[in-house]
Amino acid sequence: MEVLVFLVPLALGLGLVGLIGFLWSLKSGQYDDLEGAALRAIADDEPAVAPAVEAKPSTVRPA
Amino acid sequence: MQATRDFSHYVKDAGAGLSHIDLAVEGVSCAGCMSKIERGLSAIPDVTLARVNLTDRRVALEWKQGTLDPARFIDRLAELGYKAYPFETAGAEAVEAEQSRFLLRCLGVAAFATMNVMMLSIPVWSGNVSDMIPEQRDFFHWLSALIALPAAAYAGQPFFRSAWNALSTRNVNMDVPISIGVILALGMSVVETINHAEHAYFDAAIMLLTFLLVGRYLDQSMRRRTRAVAGNLAALKAETATKFVGPDEISEVPVAAIDPGDIVLLRPGERCAVDGTVIEGRSEIDQSLITGETRHVAAEQGTAVYAGSLNMTGTLRVRVSAASEGTLLAEITRLLDNALQARSRYVRLADRASRLYAPVVHATALLTILGWVLFGASWHDAIVTGVAVLIITCPCALGLAIPTVQTVASGAMFRAGVLLNSGDSIERLAEVDHIIFDKTGTLTLPDLEVVNASGIPEDVFKLAGQLALASHHPVAAALARAANAKAPLAGAVEEPGQGVRATLDGRELRLGRPSFCDAEQLASDSQDLDPEASIVAFSDGEKSYVFCVRQGLRPDAQAMISALQLRNIKVEILSGDREPAVRAAARALGVSDWWAGVTPADKIARIEELKAQGTKVMMVGDGLNDAPSLAAAHVSMSPISAAHLSQATADLVFLGKPLAPVVAAIDFSRKALLLMRQNLWLAVVYNFLAVPVAISGVVTPLIAAAAMSGSSILVMLNALRARRVADRRS
Repeated sequence: MEVLVFLVPLALGLGLVGLIGFLWSLKSGQYDDLEGAALRAIADDEPAVAPAVEAKPSTVRPA
Repeated sequence: MQATRDFSHYVKDAGAGLSHIDLAVEGVSCAGCMSKIERGLSAIPDVTLARVNLTDRRVALEWKQGTLDPARFIDRLAELGYKAYPFETAGAEAVEAEQSRFLLRCLGVAAFATMNVMMLSIPVWSGNVSDMIPEQRDFFHWLSALIALPAAAYAGQPFFRSAWNALSTRNVNMDVPISIGVILALGMSVVETINHAEHAYFDAAIMLLTFLLVGRYLDQSMRRRTRAVAGNLAALKAETATKFVGPDEISEVPVAAIDPGDIVLLRPGERCAVDGTVIEGRSEIDQSLITGETRHVAAEQGTAVYAGSLNMTGTLRVRVSAASEGTLLAEITRLLDNALQARSRYVRLADRASRLYAPVVHATALLTILGWVLFGASWHDAIVTGVAVLIITCPCALGLAIPTVQTVASGAMFRAGVLLNSGDSIERLAEVDHIIFDKTGTLTLPDLEVVNASGIPEDVFKLAGQLALASHHPVAAALARAANAKAPLAGAVEEPGQGVRATLDGRELRLGRPSFCDAEQLASDSQDLDPEASIVAFSDGEKSYVFCVRQGLRPDAQAMISALQLRNIKVEILSGDREPAVRAAARALGVSDWWAGVTPADKIARIEELKAQGTKVMMVGDGLNDAPSLAAAHVSMSPISAAHLSQATADLVFLGKPLAPVVAAIDFSRKALLLMRQNLWLAVVYNFLAVPVAISGVVTPLIAAAAMSGSSILVMLNALRARRVADRRS
């Protein structure tokens, strides 16, 4: 039964990590747009690369 | 004078040399829209952030300070096919958002504690029937206390605060028995643990909080969502005013950026967005949105105009006044205050239930303690049994019974196009047996339409529509819209106060007053047939025609009125408009009870009269003049096009052109009230079964936990049935 001395704090510690993780995700606004987040996961590509491509159309060399 | 659009009012400084703006966007509903918008906006140079929030239908934008004009984002979104407008978070919405985050934090803490306490409780429960030694049990109890006490102190705040507020105003709400139950359960468990007892109720207490927080959070997030949509709709109305920034210089600014004393320009065909007084110019204005009167009023220097008035003919300069300065508005504000005071007397179903519940439960617990003492039990054992009664009756199911139904029902109503302004409106709406409709803007649509289009040759209609494009007059605009005219006629000239004329293939075309087009006889005949319509005449050489233009009835008004009558709801019309106009609408809809030319005070008098007879009256209205009667009625509803004050006063707001949401709201609320009552009865039956067990003193924490979660799940499942109602419309 001495093993409880390790197991109980370990279990509580893991639970606490989960709780801290939840509070952090809440604070960083991850629950602000639940519907959008669901769809973002299956979106095709990241929009962040778009401006670099679209900003300089003239630099495309003819092949 | 060309106005520039100025949105600087909405731009915020995001720090680090960045500017921030929030836009409400219409029509974003899928992943495709989301990436299309984000990509389209990020493509603008110097934009550092473009993020769509699909839940709230908004876009957050950040860009390098001073490089871009916010109007450019709106144009870009228009190119992409979305209507957008800057958005300012209203104070109430910010508070709700903060509260919702707090509830979620509480829920997270409570759920964490419940899971861990449960993990410790299950070994204790199984150990009690097998071979656990008392020292181990005590150790587990102390660990449970270590987790449960701080967690309950944090996560219980929403309940403790609300209970304290109720008690300090000498009231009782559902949170009072909840708080007492939780505190006593925890306190007793600590005492029991110190005394090395077999049972502790840490798990039950913290689980109760978790279940109740789920209900609270659901309730809160539904309300927040409704408010976000309402905020977006207000923003997308894009109410701007043309403000004089110099003697001859004008700028188009959002209404939020206008202060009392500013001077705004009101051109023909524009709707006034502010309250004020005319200081220059002469025109006719349509005040139907405010007074319900469809006849136009002459406006000149000194005339008071209200937000929502439509300017018809001339250009006006208006000095903006502070709110509630005008005589009409002052009178309405006074009536409104009285009516609102009377309304706050309504007691919610949940509060009525808890007023009965709390004394009964607490008396039972007290009697249990005294009873056991009389039977010779020790004070300690008697008190433990009494607290067990409190725990087992702790209104877990009762606390969830109403919020869960409300959440599900308001979600269903939301999909049907109805927004809830107040939480208890569902139960009040369900009791309605008499509906009073305002006519203008409620049974009719605020837009003008041509009513005799079928009697006019198609080519004439089309030609008249093309000519109408040359005029700013709202009646002409309605004609152009009805004829679907796109190409204006070349060389059309507007004659002020008369109409427009143009020459086509050598014939002269005229559109305007009947006298301008030699159609007086024709016009007076039509006027006799349809006395409330505005007549606009059209002449093509020798031939002349007249168009009758007026506000049309909502497309499904007649069907919905009969649907209401089918539900044994009496319908009547009270309108501020003239008698012939009201008579015609009432006849078309098959409503036999109607009154015309009714003042706001008369409307309230009629509502009071019906109330005295014991009827539950719903008022459906949109005008500023309806605001007091909206507040006086048992429950009230406004279309989204209503005046601001009315919309804020109404319990429910419905969207779109059809009247169907009114009927849907009644159906959903009736079903919801039925389910709320069922849920309360489920909770009562549960207590009826559980209390004798608790009084007899054989309750263990295991039984308490099982009973509590069982009854809560039952109530939640029953609440899910509020999503659907039987279709009785056919």
